[in-house]
Amino acid sequence: MKFYRMHVLVAQDTRSIMAGAKRVEEALNEEIRLAGLEDEIRVIPTGSLGFSDKDQVAIAIYPDNIIYCPVLVSTVPEIVKEHFLKGRVVKALAHPMEQKEVTMEERTSENQMNLDVQKRILLKNVGKIDPENIQEYIAADGYIALEKALFEMTPENVIEEVKTSELRGRGGAGFPTGLKWQFTRPNPGTEKYVICNADEGEPGTFKDREIMEGDPHKMIEGMIIAAYAIGGTHGYIYIRGEYALSIQRLQKAIDDCYEYGFLGKNILGTDFSFELCIHAGAGAYVCGEETALINSIEGKRGEPRKKPPYPPSEGLWQKPTLVNNVETFANIPAIISHGSSWYQSIGVEGSRGTKLFSLMGDVNWKGTIEIPFGTSVGDIVQNIGHGVRYDRQLKGIILGGSSGSLLVPEELTTPVDFHSLAQIEAGPGSGSIVVMDETRCIVDICLNIAEFFRHESCGKCTPCREGTAQICHLLEMIATGNGLPEDLEHLEKISQTMMDSSFCPLGQTAPSVLKQALKKYHQEFIEHIHNNNCPAGVCNMNFTEED
Amino acid sequence: MEEKKHLLEQLHDIQDADKNHHLPAKKVVELSEKHGYSPAKVYGVETFYTMYSTQPRGKHIIRICENQSCHMANAKCLVHYLESKLGTSVGGTTTDGLFTLELSSCLGMCSVAPAMMIDDVPFGNLTEDRIDEIIDSYKEGK
Repeated sequence: MKFYRMHVLVAQDTRSIMAGAKRVEEALNEEIRLAGLEDEIRVIPTGSLGFSDKDQVAIAIYPDNIIYCPVLVSTVPEIVKEHFLKGRVVKALAHPMEQKEVTMEERTSENQMNLDVQKRILLKNVGKIDPENIQEYIAADGYIALEKALFEMTPENVIEEVKTSELRGRGGAGFPTGLKWQFTRPNPGTEKYVICNADEGEPGTFKDREIMEGDPHKMIEGMIIAAYAIGGTHGYIYIRGEYALSIQRLQKAIDDCYEYGFLGKNILGTDFSFELCIHAGAGAYVCGEETALINSIEGKRGEPRKKPPYPPSEGLWQKPTLVNNVETFANIPAIISHGSSWYQSIGVEGSRGTKLFSLMGDVNWKGTIEIPFGTSVGDIVQNIGHGVRYDRQLKGIILGGSSGSLLVPEELTTPVDFHSLAQIEAGPGSGSIVVMDETRCIVDICLNIAEFFRHESCGKCTPCREGTAQICHLLEMIATGNGLPEDLEHLEKISQTMMDSSFCPLGQTAPSVLKQALKKYHQEFIEHIHNNNCPAGVCNMNFTEED
Repeated sequence: MEEKKHLLEQLHDIQDADKNHHLPAKKVVELSEKHGYSPAKVYGVETFYTMYSTQPRGKHIIRICENQSCHMANAKCLVHYLESKLGTSVGGTTTDGLFTLELSSCLGMCSVAPAMMIDDVPFGNLTEDRIDEIIDSYKEGK
């Protein structure tokens, strides 16, 4: 293997490519060649470097630990001549330290926790390795966990380890992962399926994408270990059809796995075999529900099935099936290689490990973050998001996606963990944090969410199909100055009916933000209805049919 | 049996190969005959998923997001702007057959909202000026 004195990592996630990362990579290679440094410096594409809220290209220089951002094709010659050739950092382009705190792993050690509440386990390799190069993943201790599982552990040991780690599913419901595996294993059958739910469609969620684009092997390794544990023979990654780059990187990763013997027949020379392929969705939010997803793979309309039977006993093609989220699988390699007691040392009781969140809305810094459970919501907004934009007042936070919950500023001290959040009728949900400042209108926000669910309801059951449409209609009336006092009661009633009687979690959770809004921001609804006034000035209150 | 399994992917293949980016009725009937499905079943599937179209579409498909984060970043105005710029409403195709405008659910680019995709290429931090620039570059036959 060739030795290079310097590595230049070019962020090439979807956003960076959009900002011209590929052109910057070409320019870097060209300038390095012109400077005669091509045998000393290597340019490598990598995942996100954390500058995800700007249309800018970022590059990281190792071992110098310097990040340059923004990098344009026109600034490349200066960086190459000054820094790479003469060893002088181009200070004008080097990024301020506080942003580096967020991105550089070495600064996330325990003693830096006050500065930076992030802890990178799942995103350890993102922005450090080339996601399209399996050798780099292996060099970063990749597939060591698989080796350990196959050669030192029985499937039962693996399940026990995952159980003791107290890992809970990261898809939203938070079901204990080890238990799910345990339920799946004893069910008989020559074919058993392992499905990765990568149908990340919850509005405001893009954390799984960060793993798939930045470190696809991590979740694949987790899937292979899961297959070994439950006796899985075939696997599917069900991914959104819109995630083009993720599909491309996962496919490359799978192809390489077959070549290296991590997938296919007799993995690593053992008698364990596992086949894995990608199944692209075609645009249906409801397919994030596991039984709808299974129907979709079977080539049917993505409508949910009656439960029970649950997938562990009767899933894809009526065979035992394990369905876990991308982030859940990505947790597995670290649990197996470092052990469950190590994993238990991170986070708090009942919520172990770290959690990814997509942080966005009216904050100064937006992007994907990884925090240990127990960090408070306020800490995230203040220390990672650098506070509310334009020094405005915080109005509230939508936590866990459009089907999640609504937090008012007084609830910001709540630690992010399953138990504490449940106390305020919230949960980590899909893993998104949308910050709203004082200029936002709660009726408008609820209406937007309602429009989404009206569109995405699959129409199978009446409470959801009719309920989403009714809620949408009533909120439209309120937002246009045509609301009636009794509308609030109607909204309340419809929401409750949907929660009680919808067929699947889509309908059961569709009204949850609205329901909390009606309680926590009651006065704002009253203002709209009784005084024909939108306090935030967002709604067009004098809208009539003629407009 | 193996082939039957992946109806969605076969529909993707038909649509990707079609120059008007849609699922021609004739092809769909052929597919259902091949697998012994009723055409109604396949029609039910193709109309369930938003990425499939039973109608011919333009050369480029613009998918713009209007969910939460994009909504908070004023996506509605941009949808109207695109509609007037292209001279077609959401779901329609321009008269020159170059663009079809569609709404999409969250594209997962919330940190650079408002966002859209043209075919497989994503665009974020959209403004009216950015949209002009992007649309013009496609018109010039990028």
